Formats: sequence, structure tokens, C-alpha cells
Amino acid sequence: MQSEPTIHFTDASSWATQWQHLFNFLMGVSIFFSVLIFGLIFYFAIKYRRRSKDEVPPQIEGNLALEITWTAIPTALCVVMFVWASGLYFRNAVPPKGSTEIFVIGRQWMWKVQHSEGVQEINELHVPVGVPIKLTMTSQDVIHDFAVPEFRIKEDVLPGRYTSEWFTATKTGRFHLFCDQYCGTLHSAMVGWIIVMEPTDYARWLSGNPVNKSIADMGAELYVRYGCNTCHSTGLGPPFVGLYGSVVKLTGGQTVKADDAYIRDCILSPSSQRVAGYPPIMPTFQGQLEEEQILQLTAYIKSLSKAEGQGKEAAKQ
Amino acid sequence: MSAEVTGIETMPPVHYLNVNYGWRSWLFTVDHKRIAWLYLIAITFFFIVGGLAATLMRLNLIEPQGALVEPSTYNRLFTIHGLIMIFFFLAPSIPAVLGNFLIPLMVGARDVAFPRLNLLSWYIFMLGGAVLLYSTLSGGVDTGWTFYTPLSTTYANSSVMSAAMGVFISGFSSILTGLNFIVTIHKMRAPGLTWFRLPLFLWSMYATSIIFILAMPVIAITMVLLMLERFLHVGIFDPALGGDPILFQHLFWFFGHPEVYVLVLPAMGVVSELIATFSRKRIFGYSFVAFSSVAIAALSFLVWGHHMFVSGQSIYTGLVFSAFSFLVAIPSAIKVFNWTATLYKGSISYDAPMLYALGFIGLFTMGGLTGLFLASTAIDVHVHDTYFIVAHFHYIMVGGAVMGYLGGIHYWWPKMTGRMYPQTWARLSAALIFVGFNLTFGPQFLLGYYGMPRRYAVYPPEFQVLNVMSSAGASILAVGYVIPLVYLIWSARYGPIAGPNPWGAKGLEWTTASPPPTENFKVIPIVTEEAYAYGAKG
Repeated sequence: MQSEPTIHFTDASSWATQWQHLFNFLMGVSIFFSVLIFGLIFYFAIKYRRRSKDEVPPQIEGNLALEITWTAIPTALCVVMFVWASGLYFRNAVPPKGSTEIFVIGRQWMWKVQHSEGVQEINELHVPVGVPIKLTMTSQDVIHDFAVPEFRIKEDVLPGRYTSEWFTATKTGRFHLFCDQYCGTLHSAMVGWIIVMEPTDYARWLSGNPVNKSIADMGAELYVRYGCNTCHSTGLGPPFVGLYGSVVKLTGGQTVKADDAYIRDCILSPSSQRVAGYPPIMPTFQGQLEEEQILQLTAYIKSLSKAEGQGKEAAKQ
Repeated sequence: MSAEVTGIETMPPVHYLNVNYGWRSWLFTVDHKRIAWLYLIAITFFFIVGGLAATLMRLNLIEPQGALVEPSTYNRLFTIHGLIMIFFFLAPSIPAVLGNFLIPLMVGARDVAFPRLNLLSWYIFMLGGAVLLYSTLSGGVDTGWTFYTPLSTTYANSSVMSAAMGVFISGFSSILTGLNFIVTIHKMRAPGLTWFRLPLFLWSMYATSIIFILAMPVIAITMVLLMLERFLHVGIFDPALGGDPILFQHLFWFFGHPEVYVLVLPAMGVVSELIATFSRKRIFGYSFVAFSSVAIAALSFLVWGHHMFVSGQSIYTGLVFSAFSFLVAIPSAIKVFNWTATLYKGSISYDAPMLYALGFIGLFTMGGLTGLFLASTAIDVHVHDTYFIVAHFHYIMVGGAVMGYLGGIHYWWPKMTGRMYPQTWARLSAALIFVGFNLTFGPQFLLGYYGMPRRYAVYPPEFQVLNVMSSAGASILAVGYVIPLVYLIWSARYGPIAGPNPWGAKGLEWTTASPPPTENFKVIPIVTEEAYAYGAKG
């Protein structure tokens, strides 16, 4: 137990392996140029040391061919790095279809995690190995950053909007979770663990939790508790069935895709993006709803876009 | 072969230092050389304050749970360390001290274009510094030098207003200094001193001045907006007030990245002079080095988004900024290759300034190469906001800018004081600084690679070994910084008399007495050759 703690640093996600290849290439280029420059400096500094006080060395103006060479080679290497890095970055910007979505809320100074199945965690995130996981993240206060070094992923977590990142864990085990964006006094205590489990263990872990409501079900309760149903189930406000993912026409004539960000904006500042054909009667819920409640309502609205959801909606009416 | 101080040199009977005495003759001086001393004393003070903050930080990080202070204190330490070192030491170091002293001497003029404005710049600088120190004494500021919103505008419970005000004020000092330098270099060059006969130091000071004038107004505006939101709750950056926190980052880094080049371009200029003098050769590829400075200054305004690859910025924007960031690496590489080529077939001496110059090339090369990792969007995703970044920018700002500054101070010290310092001590401290620096910041590259976040007051125990190594290196670095402070002060009074040109260097500043007379030159020189005419006899 008293043994020296050693640094645990592996490639624990599919992206980490691709990342490592590019990193090794950059290291190779860097070591080559460092050795070249250091070697030349030492060699010249010794070979051409001043041997007499009045020495006048030959004056060399420069050499165009050399200038072109040492402009062209670094430029070519930079193009390779740019294309490689950008390709990797670009391909991995969007999570694969069918990723499991998990919600993360940062606040001074803790991480709150909300699984779709309803399980909530603090400063821990349990995930199954080999399954693409998409994190949808927001902050309750300042900017945070959800970083998992062994997955080589990191993304700022902003107040007032959703950001996301994704990973497919390739190893089981416990991995550091750090807040990487300075967020105030206890920034360095805003840490936690990612626990990657075999899918069967994960299923057992999920079922072992005392929560028996999905976040869509929690959202359905909020829908009634906050009186959303008095308008949105009666035709006074736009209905939610089939809303999520559709294209909405606004009063100004513009259109917008009904995604997480749109629904969040509508709940907090209803007048900004009002649906065409409905009166401006909705009050703002700014300050009344927590970020996780907004996520729950969104999950509920999302569930209504599926056929199964329509039955629920009908049952409420 | 070291500098020849033969003992037969004599001090000129009247020079700018002894022409008159008393505090009024200094605090109301309009002589650019005395104003350079005012800056030198002020920034040395700020360097010591910023260095003490760093010392406490490194001591604290010896233990994973924090050996010394509470996190709230640690956060104040790294904030004041960054603010002081960036705005009150590095930015004014080479421009305001060496630039002020040398630009009129190098162009063959009697003073800068606007001597009174030059003095005003110093007073503005001191006012800004006083306000920043007030913020520290009145409880400190804990936002990081980057002032990210909405932490700084809504959530931080510390002296943000006065710190922002200090930064706001000091910006005007840089703007006026830049203006002064640009006009001086354009309008006051001696007869025959064409643009391509200028020392490369002047090219880099010119590029730096352009950045001062274009970037400093942006930070001033940003600080005003920040204060408006914090004090009057005008919604600009905080989403709870209807603002956008990313807007702040765009504004801050539009200033912030050019600012990095404000710190390193002057050092590149110094190093060009040192390499030429101590190899007795004109700089290889003069015009390529000169235009690289201008290219860096121009491109520096197009790369700010590489600070924001993981901020939620669009990926397309990220790719554009990545491309520009690679582009700005090219002129830096060209400079390094040309400096190295200058050594070829040179007559190289190992005087202390040359050791700093060679150290600069090595450290800047490593800082620059690690910059390529950060310009690569995919790689940045992991190393962003870790110790990898901390190590990278210290290689540029301390390995680069501070080595350049100390090299320049050692090179022009005999011109500034008329006296020489002990070479052995100077060489020793240059070596200590090089070794101490690498031991301090080398382990931080590894820490960052392993994922240790920056700005952490406490950290997981497995990172302790590398942190202790870093702190141990910092103690060597500190010794390396203290030694020159002692022998330079000693030499100003007791050092052997240096004579007008102890290094056998070319350039107008070496044609006048050491120390120079108040009017610099008895007769305005007429220039008939380039700055690096080392082939010519005499």
C-alpha cells in the first residue's frame, strides 16, 4: 500500500490510439530537427571558435538555394501535419450514429452525471466498454472542461449552451477525470473517475441502482408539475409530438431545427424563437428550472418524437 | 577569447549619467537613455515580485496536497505571476529598456521622435503597475491572467476590477512607446542609413511596435467591457445576462496571441545582433530574417483561434486557425536556420552574451517545435490546458524572451554603464539558467502529456516525482537569476572601464563613447555601410 504511486497512462479509447500515432510522428519530426539544430550549433561553435584576436572570417551574404530548401521542407512537413491532424479532428467531430447519450452538468466544483435510464452520479461516470458514448454537457455557472487524459478527449463545458464529446472505451478500469478549464477556488478538486466496465457488469450496475424512472419519465412529471401541459397539450401552444428533430417555422419567417439547444432556448427565453401561428403567451422559466430538469424535459420531448411516445401523449390527454 | 578590457580605456569626462544629479534630473528626464534606466529598475522590481509568486507556487507543488498554501492563495499566486510577468516584465523588457536605449543610437539620432511622450509612457506604466499591486494587496485576484468570463465578471469574489484597470492603463504605455518607435525609425535615421542597412534589432522593434499599436487597444476595450459587466451588470459575456462567454475569448486572444510575439520578436532581434557580433559575420540571409519579422507580426493576428480548439468553437473555424498557426511557424523556422548558418565559418567567441544567444536558439527551437503539436487540432484536444501548454509557452517566453533580454543586457551593459562585468560569473550564470530552465520546464512537458491540468493547487499523487523535479530545477534557475543581479550592480560602480567598443562590434551605437553623451553623437554620423560590415577593415 505504501508503494510509490506510478503514472498510469494508456490508450484507453479508440481515438486515443489514432491520436498516439500522430503524436509519435510529431515527436519524430521534433527530435530530428532538435538534433539537427543542436548538433550544428555545437559543431560550428567548436570548429569555428575564434583562434586569434584579429581574425576576419569570410563574409557570406546568404544562399538563395538554401533559403528555398529550408522554407520548402518545413512547409511540406507542416502540410502533412495539418492534413493528418485535421482529418483526424474532422472525422471524430461527430459521434457515430446510435451512440449512447449521457448528460453531464458541471458546476463549481463538481460533476453531475445523468444517464438516460435515470441513474445519477457525482464525480463518477460508469460506462460499458466498446460502446460509443456521447456526452452532452452544460454548466450551471462558469466554464468547465471535461477531460479524460487516457481517452485523449477534452471539451469545454459552457453555461448557456450544450457542447458534446464522445468516446469508445477500449479498456476496462478506472481513469482520471479532470476539469481542465480554470473555474475558481476549488478548480483542482473538480476531479473524478471514469469507470469502464464489461457490458454485463454495466447492466448489473445500472439495475442495481434504486432509480426506476428514465429521465424521459422524470421529464413527463415536470411537464405536468410546471403546467406545460395546460398549453402544449391543448393546442394553445405548439404540440410536442414529433417535434424533436423536425424543422420549425418561426414567426419571423426563419426556420430552425428543433434540437436540444433550440428546446433549451425556448424554455428559458420563449419570445426569442416563437413558432409561427402561436400567441406570445409563454412565460420564461429562467431561474425556475435547474439544468438537469431542462435536460429531463428535453428527453421527454425527444421521447415523443418516437411512435411509442405518441401513445403516452394520448394517454395524458 | 573574451572581451578585451585592457585597462588603457578611460571614461569620457561628461556622459549622460553624470551630466547632472538629483532625483529631479531622473524623474523629469526626457533623455531616452535615462528613461531606459527608469524602465530597467521598474521591471526588475516587477520581475522579482512575479518570481517570488512563482517560487511559492513551485514550493507548494512539492506536495500533491499542497505543501504551503490554500488553493485560494495558490490561485492568486498564479494569477499575479502571469499578470506581472506578461504585462509588467516581458512586454516592456526588451522594447522599453533596450529599445529605448538603443533605437536612437542605432539610427544615429539624438533622441526618440517624441521625448516627452516617452517619459509619459513610463508614468502611465508605473500607474498601471501601482493599480495592479493595489489589487494584490487588497485581497488579490484569482481569475488567472486570462480573465475568462463569466468567472471574472460574475463569480470571482476577488479584486478583479483593480487588476483589470491596471492592465487597461498599462496598455496605453505600450501604445505610446510603439508610436514613438515607429516614427523614430521612419523619420530620424541618419543620412545614408537606408532600411536595408538597419540592424535587424530595429526591424524586430519595428514589427513589435506595429503589434503594440494594433493589439493593445483591443485588450483595453476588452477590459472596459469586462468592467462594465462586472460593475454595472451589462450583459456582454455572461449568458445569464444574455451575453456570450466565447466572445470574450475571441477578443482576449485577438490581443493575446500577437502579444506573445511582442514578447519574442524583440528577443529575436537581440539574438540576431549577438550572433553577428560574436561570429564577426553579417547575418546569413539578412533580408529573409528581416521579412520574417514582418511576416510573423502580420500572421500573429490570424492565429488567435488556436487557443479555442476545445472551447466549443466550430470545427471549420478550428481548421482555418490551425492552418494559419502552421503558417506562422515557417518564418520562425527560417530565422533559426539563418542564425545557425551565420555561425558557419565564423569567428566564434564564447562571451556571456553569446552563450545566452545560443541558449535562446536551442530553447526557442524546442518551444517552437512543441508549438506544432498545439497547432495540430487533434493533438491539442488532449494537451490543451495541461502542463504541456505551460511548458511550451515558458520555452518561448522564458527560454526565448528572457534569454534574449539577459543576452541583450549583457551585450549592451558596457555601453549603458561604461563598465564591464566579470565574464566568468556571467558565463556561469548563463549556464545555470540554461540547465535550471530545462530542469524546471522539461518535466512539465511530460506532466502535460500524462494529462496533468494547469492551474491545479493540488494534484493526484502519481504526478509528484515530476513536480518535485520541476521545483528542484526552479531552484537552480533562481540562483542563475540572482547572480547577474549581484555582479551587474557591482560592475556598474567597480567594473573595469569598458571603452567605446569592447566587443569589436559594428553598428552606430558602438561608434560613440561608453557611456554616450546626452546628445548621443557629437556630430550626426553619415552612414556608408550596412550594420554588419565585418569584412571591412577597421
